[in-house]
Amino acid sequence: MSELLKVPTMAEFMAQGKQPEVLFWVGCAGSFDDRAKKITKAFVKLLNKANVEFAVLGTEESCTGDPAKRAGNEFLFQMQAVTNIEVLNAYEVKKIVTACPHCFNTIKNEYPELGGNYEVMHHTQFLKTLLEEGRLTIEGGKFKGKRITFHDPCYLGRANNVYEAPRELIQKLEAELVEMKNCRRNGLCCGAGGAQMFKEPEQGDKDVNVERTEQALDVKPEIIAAGCPFCNTMMTDGVKAKEKENDVEVMDIAELIANAQDI
Amino acid sequence: MEYLPNILFAIILIIGIRYFAKNVKKLIRNIKLGQDVDVSDNKSQRWRNMAMIALGQSKMVRRPIAGFLHVVVYVGFIIINIEVLEIIIDGLFGTHRIGLKVLPESVYGFLIGSFEILAVLVFVSVIIFWIRRNIIKLARFWKSEMTSWPKNDGNFILYFEMVLMTLFLVMNATDVHFQALNSGNVVSQFISPWFSELQETTLHVIERGAWWLHIIGIFIFLNYLYFSKHLHILLAFPNTYYGKLMPKGQLNNLEAVTNEVKMMMDPDADPYAVTEEEGEAPAKFGASDVQDLSWVQLLNAYTCTECGRCTSECPANQTGKKLSPRKIMMDTRDRLEEVGKNIDANKGEFKDDEKQLLDNYITREELWACTSCNACTEACPVSIDPLSIILDMRRYLVMEQSAAPVELNNMMTNIENNGAPWPYNQMDRLNWKNE
Repeated sequence: MSELLKVPTMAEFMAQGKQPEVLFWVGCAGSFDDRAKKITKAFVKLLNKANVEFAVLGTEESCTGDPAKRAGNEFLFQMQAVTNIEVLNAYEVKKIVTACPHCFNTIKNEYPELGGNYEVMHHTQFLKTLLEEGRLTIEGGKFKGKRITFHDPCYLGRANNVYEAPRELIQKLEAELVEMKNCRRNGLCCGAGGAQMFKEPEQGDKDVNVERTEQALDVKPEIIAAGCPFCNTMMTDGVKAKEKENDVEVMDIAELIANAQDI
Repeated sequence: MEYLPNILFAIILIIGIRYFAKNVKKLIRNIKLGQDVDVSDNKSQRWRNMAMIALGQSKMVRRPIAGFLHVVVYVGFIIINIEVLEIIIDGLFGTHRIGLKVLPESVYGFLIGSFEILAVLVFVSVIIFWIRRNIIKLARFWKSEMTSWPKNDGNFILYFEMVLMTLFLVMNATDVHFQALNSGNVVSQFISPWFSELQETTLHVIERGAWWLHIIGIFIFLNYLYFSKHLHILLAFPNTYYGKLMPKGQLNNLEAVTNEVKMMMDPDADPYAVTEEEGEAPAKFGASDVQDLSWVQLLNAYTCTECGRCTSECPANQTGKKLSPRKIMMDTRDRLEEVGKNIDANKGEFKDDEKQLLDNYITREELWACTSCNACTEACPVSIDPLSIILDMRRYLVMEQSAAPVELNNMMTNIENNGAPWPYNQMDRLNWKNE
C-alpha cells in the first residue's frame, strides 16, 4: 500500500507529446468523497498493475452536469458539458473510462449531440477487457466462496443495458454471486439518482436506500457489491440503518478485485 | 316495412361510426396541441418495436399471469371481431349468416367454432381480471389515483366484454338453423339445451335480440373508447412506434438552451444582432402545462391504460412518497381533455382558465420525488415515458421559476462556482492521489 500511485495527467502527456491509451474520468464523488476516493485509488492500482497508460484531467476536470440536468437545470448542464467537451477535444481524447455510471451515461449519451464523441466505458467493462486481453489476472483470493450480491446501478443497468460485466468480474473472484429479488432490468434504485443524492427525500414511510438494503440483506450476503459511488453511499447508509455494518460490507467491484490480490 | 330492420341498422351504423370519427378527430386535435418533435428517424427500428411490443405483446408477458390472460383477450378480441364483418353485411342487406352462403360449410363451421372457443376463453380471462381487481385487490389497482372514474372504468370494460361474449354465444345457441347444421357450434351446443323448453318463435326472438344487442353493444363500446383508458387498444400501436429509441439513460438536450449556450460561449456573438427568430415569442423552458409538452408525450397520456405497472415498480411510490408515474400520465390526459373542452366551448380558441398541469394537477412534491431510475419506463408495456414529463416540469420549475428545493439550489451553485456538486475547490480535484 505504501507504493505511490502513478496518476499522470493529460497535461503531462501533452507536454511529452504523447497520447494515453485511455482517459480516466474520476468524477466529483471519486475526487472528493472520502469513501469514493478509495474506489478511485483501487481502480488506479489495477490500472497500474495492468500497465495501462492512462491519464486523468486532474484540476481540468469538472462536473459532467448530470445532477444539474436531472434537477431540471439544462442551462447549467450544457454549460458544463460544453466546457468539458472543449477540454476533452483539445486533448484529442478518444476513449474514456469512469467508475461513475452517472458520468458514464452523460458523457456517452448526452455529450455527442453537443460535440463530444468518445468511446466511453464503465470501469467494470474496462476491467473485463483487461482480463480478456490477459493484461490483468483475477484470483479469488480472500473473496473465494463468499456470498456477494450485486446492486445494479440504474445508470449502468436499465439506462445503458450493462448487466453482465460486473457480474462476470464477481464470478472471476470465485465468489458465490447471489441475486436479489429485484435485479438486472428490474433492479431497484438506491434512491440517489435524479439529483436525489443532494437533497432530503420527500415525505414517505421509508427511505429508498433502506428498502433496497433490505432486499439485499434478504439474500444474506457477506458483501454487497456496487458499481457506483452514489449507490455505494446509499447502500452503506442502509446497512448502517439496519445495524448490520459488522456483518455486511459494501464494496465497489474495483475494490473487490484490488483487495482480493492485496494490491 | 320489410326493409325497416335494414334501415334501422344502417342508421345505427352511421351514427356509431360518425360519433366515433368525431371523437377521433378531437383526439388528434388534442394530441396536436403538443409541441412538434422530430420522430422521423429509424423507421425500421420503430416498425420492429411496434411489431414486437404492441402486436407481439412482448412486454405484457413479463408478468406471466396478467400477460397470458391479456394475450387471450387480445387475440380473442381481434379474431372474434371478424364476425362483426358478417354481422354488418347481414344487417345492411337483410341476409342471415352470409358467411354460410359464400364459404364452404366446413370453413364457416371452423371459423365460428374458433370464435366460440375464444369467446369462452375471453370470458374466463375477464372474470379472472375482475377477481384480481375486486376480490384479490391487487395493490396497484387500489392506489390513491384509482378511485371514482378510473376504478369504475376498469370494471365497466370487463362487464362490457362479459356481456358481449355472452350475447355472442346466446345468439349462436338460439339460432335453430345454425344448431341444426351442427358445425361450428362447439360451445353453443351446450348452451342451447338451456332454451330447449322454448318454442321456435320465442327462440327466434331471443336470437334476434341477442344479435341486435351484440352489434349495438359493439358500437357503444367503440364509442366508449374515447372516454376510457381502453383507448390503448388503438393507441398502443402508434405509441410503441413513436416510443423512445435512445438509451433509457439519455435525456434530450434542449435545443433552445444549446443555442443560448453557444451564444454565450462565442466571443464574436453580437447579443443585439437580429436573429431569424425575431418577432417570435421567446422560448419557454420546460413545461408547466400540456401545450408545453411534445405531442408524443400527449399521445403517451391517451395511450395509458392505467395498469399501474410503472407505479408498482417506482422506488418513490414503493416507499410511500406521493409520486406515482401512472398519476403523471392520468393527470396529463385529464388536463389535456380539460383544455380540449375549453377550446370546444370557446369556438376553437383556448381561453385562459387560470389552471395548468403544474400545481393544479401535478404537485411539486411529486416531481421532486423522482430518482430518474427508469423503472417506470422499463415496466410500461406500451412504451410510455412518464420520466420525460417529470423532467420537463422540473425544467420549468428550475429555469423559469427558480423554484428548486434549497438543497438542489446549493448543489447547482456549487457546480457553477467550483465544478462539483459539493463546495470543494476545483484545484483540489487531484488531492486524493497523495492522501
